Amino acid sequence: MLFLAEWWDLRDLGNPVGKFLEVLGDHGPGWLPYVASGIIGCLAIVLFLVPSQMVIVWAERRLIGRIQARRGPNRTGPWGIFQTIADTLKLLAKEAITSRHVDRWVFWLAPVFIFVPGITVFAVLPFGEGMVLADLNVGVLFLAAVGSINAIIVFMAGWSSNNKYALLGAMREVSMLISYEVPQVLTLLGAVVFTNTMSLSGVVQWQDHYNTWLIFLQPLALVIYLISAGVEINRSPTDIAEAESEIVAGYHTEYSGIKFGFFYAGEYFAGFAIAAVVAALYLGGWTFWGLEEWVPGWLIFLGKLYLLFWLFIWLRGTLPRLRADQLMAFTWKFLLPLTLVNLFVGGLEVLIWQENDLSAGVALPVFAVINLALAVGLVVGWARFLGHAGPDSRPRRALLMKEVGAIVYGQES
Amino acid sequence: MSRALTGTELAEKVGRGFPGAVAEANEQWMTVGAEQLVAVATHLRDDPELDFRYLIGVCGVDRLDHFEVVYQLQSLSRNHTAVLKTRALDHQEPQVPSLAPVWQGAQLQEREVYDLMGIRFEGHPDLRRIFLWDGFPGHPLRKDWLGMPGGRHAGLGKFPRED
Amino acid sequence: MKTEPFVVNVGPQHPSTHGVFRLRVTLDGERILDADMIVGYLHRSMEKLAESRTYTQNIPFTDRVDYLAAMANNLAYCMAVEKLAGIEVPPRGQFLRVIMAELQRLANHAMAIGAFLNDCGAFYTPFQWMFREREHILDLFEMAGGARLTVNYMRIGGVSYDIPPEFMPAARALLKEMPQRISEYEALLLENEILIARTRNIGVLSADRAIGSSVSGPVLRGSGVAWDIRKADPYCVYDQLDFDIPVGTRGDCYDRFLVRMEELRQSVHILEQALDMLPGGPASVPVPLALSPPPGEVYARIEAPKGELGFYVVSDGSPHPYRWHIRAPSFINLTPLKDMVVGLTIADAIITLGSIDITLGEVDR
Repeated sequence: MLFLAEWWDLRDLGNPVGKFLEVLGDHGPGWLPYVASGIIGCLAIVLFLVPSQMVIVWAERRLIGRIQARRGPNRTGPWGIFQTIADTLKLLAKEAITSRHVDRWVFWLAPVFIFVPGITVFAVLPFGEGMVLADLNVGVLFLAAVGSINAIIVFMAGWSSNNKYALLGAMREVSMLISYEVPQVLTLLGAVVFTNTMSLSGVVQWQDHYNTWLIFLQPLALVIYLISAGVEINRSPTDIAEAESEIVAGYHTEYSGIKFGFFYAGEYFAGFAIAAVVAALYLGGWTFWGLEEWVPGWLIFLGKLYLLFWLFIWLRGTLPRLRADQLMAFTWKFLLPLTLVNLFVGGLEVLIWQENDLSAGVALPVFAVINLALAVGLVVGWARFLGHAGPDSRPRRALLMKEVGAIVYGQES
Repeated sequence: MSRALTGTELAEKVGRGFPGAVAEANEQWMTVGAEQLVAVATHLRDDPELDFRYLIGVCGVDRLDHFEVVYQLQSLSRNHTAVLKTRALDHQEPQVPSLAPVWQGAQLQEREVYDLMGIRFEGHPDLRRIFLWDGFPGHPLRKDWLGMPGGRHAGLGKFPRED
Repeated sequence: MKTEPFVVNVGPQHPSTHGVFRLRVTLDGERILDADMIVGYLHRSMEKLAESRTYTQNIPFTDRVDYLAAMANNLAYCMAVEKLAGIEVPPRGQFLRVIMAELQRLANHAMAIGAFLNDCGAFYTPFQWMFREREHILDLFEMAGGARLTVNYMRIGGVSYDIPPEFMPAARALLKEMPQRISEYEALLLENEILIARTRNIGVLSADRAIGSSVSGPVLRGSGVAWDIRKADPYCVYDQLDFDIPVGTRGDCYDRFLVRMEELRQSVHILEQALDMLPGGPASVPVPLALSPPPGEVYARIEAPKGELGFYVVSDGSPHPYRWHIRAPSFINLTPLKDMVVGLTIADAIITLGSIDITLGEVDR
């Protein structure tokens, strides 16, 4: 089945849009189609993100309810589907208390800017073949650069609050974000090394061309990217600034009402961005080994995105939280060496492949097996080397005694 | 089963090392004078036969003309208990040496007895009120503090603030 | 760069369900230099109120002392008055008391472990799971005593009502599925790397310090001291039942958590035996409404879920107690808190507090 170029062939959303722009060009000035295409692209991204977020908030609450052996919200509408709307209305109706001594402009702008990294990253993400708002040839670089704006916004929020505890939370948060930028970028590079292009749609096309997904070739990079990106978006188990940071309620202590709602929503947008990046880079984007001829590619892409977000929800419901300094130690001592080795080995493999002009059908499976073995070996071996998987961290049981009076403090069980 | 050492047994053991310390001893408890209280308590804790390393609880009782402080003791290795009492004879400003240096477990409990009964413990590292705030008038568990509902005193309508 | 320590208030409103507890910590960056606890927000002067009520009227007060383990409080108080007045409880009453006390221990530890994991950040998942069992147990309490939380079930001389016929099948059904549920919790929690990283070697309390500070219960056992009133000074029918006491070796938060998990299993074991051995006969002996025990004093104690709960009752022959003192385990377990917490970060201090398992009703009375 061919990809028709008719405007009703929705498998490529560019068709209806292109038809519309053609009509515009016929009936208006020459620059109109260009401006219109930009506007349509931006609107499309926003119109995708906002309803997605509302649905995902509901889905998360239901899913976490199921993980916790209870139903989620089920009062506001059948299966609680209006819960997000109810929450938004509640936040809108709350009194927006602003303390007198806050840095006014910064305080007001921080919740507005929190959306910027999340939404802007979508400009370079390919939803389907040719469905990219801005097909930059340095897409990966753009991702890394824009994604790190998050740190500044968080700091703006914490600093302007004029609150010791918010500042503490914000500083912890910023140090965490900056530390986790490093493995994030290095793992993105791991994918780029194979595909020889930083443009995200180019990466997807490479995966299409070689009929493989980069997850098979770079399993370690995927796992590390998921972890680092999960930290970046402040989700449990690393939500040190968001949820009950014990006493320091975090950088958004002083925000009430809809401003807090913006921080909350911004976290979900960032989560979508991360999931979309992983779907494009490692999971093949819109390809599914031929299924994209029947099911529209952008639906496949969205499906992968939501699947990854489900993974985030799952982690949030299951794992306890790490302490801030343990998180730092984790990234600098554990993740960073692993990503460096991964990058090095990836580069070596590509070199061998190109220099010896091997056929992809032979080289790639071999690389996949090697990389998988390397991933498992590195994780286990490095953990042992650092002493994390030692006898101290194995689960124990309490000693059972029948008689009273003995003191067994300090003995090994 | 925990054996409860009678007061007379204890008095016998203590009387040898500390003549004149024991004021009264009967089936249940042994009363020691306030001056030798810390010495007797230290002996009870350190003596290998008695080995009362564990202080179960401290309690104050208002006996209308004097105060009593009751210490329940326990030995974990020998599994026997004992009751040690001391008296604070001045009903207006009762004072008793603190056993917090001997058993740290007495720290919070002595603060509670001070707070609710007004018995001062000399030698306590940090004697402050624990349940009631600093400016609270009086010590509630005393028998002469406010009658129960009906017998209120005027003048307590406005409680002083803690600063 | 010049830094100065600053003072932060943790509480009185706590994210976790410990109650109104205030801890004033002096921080240097993230490390705690000094911690000062301020309690008394829930002080209800129970000991004074009890002096103008009869002995039976004081039983509902004991419910509210440690409201999460009401049966245990009732039991200790009734035992104290019975010892004072020389009243003997019939065997069926004794067994019913043991059954209720152990059910209460299960419910309390489910809540304690859940709240502890909440403090660790596990976002309520273990909490909600454990509450399933707690709901069943509270249903059993409602069947027997009429209320879920502050049950007011024990009386001087026995229990207030004998158990209804639907109690035994429901209890047996609960006990049948408990071991599997406990294994589920252990599978989720014991091997959790993050939990181990957060709780190992945090809030260490050495055995010497524990004994010197008079702590009791899982805190003492977690520090390696094998001491349980049910074995050392058996009351009711514990000398006829066979069980072990779990003891930790390191005195850190993880060991206290392990001790509580294991006590869940042991309580199930005790309950199975007690339900099998439950004799017939009357559940309580009649006792006059205005009971006047002979003048004297008594100290009676039990192993409550939080530690050694004791009642010191002084009687002067009248129907009202002369002096009524509660040896509250939560209060005394807080004695070494400052030493355990100095040098840790705030997050660890919260976890340490959660592992001691306090109930403010007991701390403040």
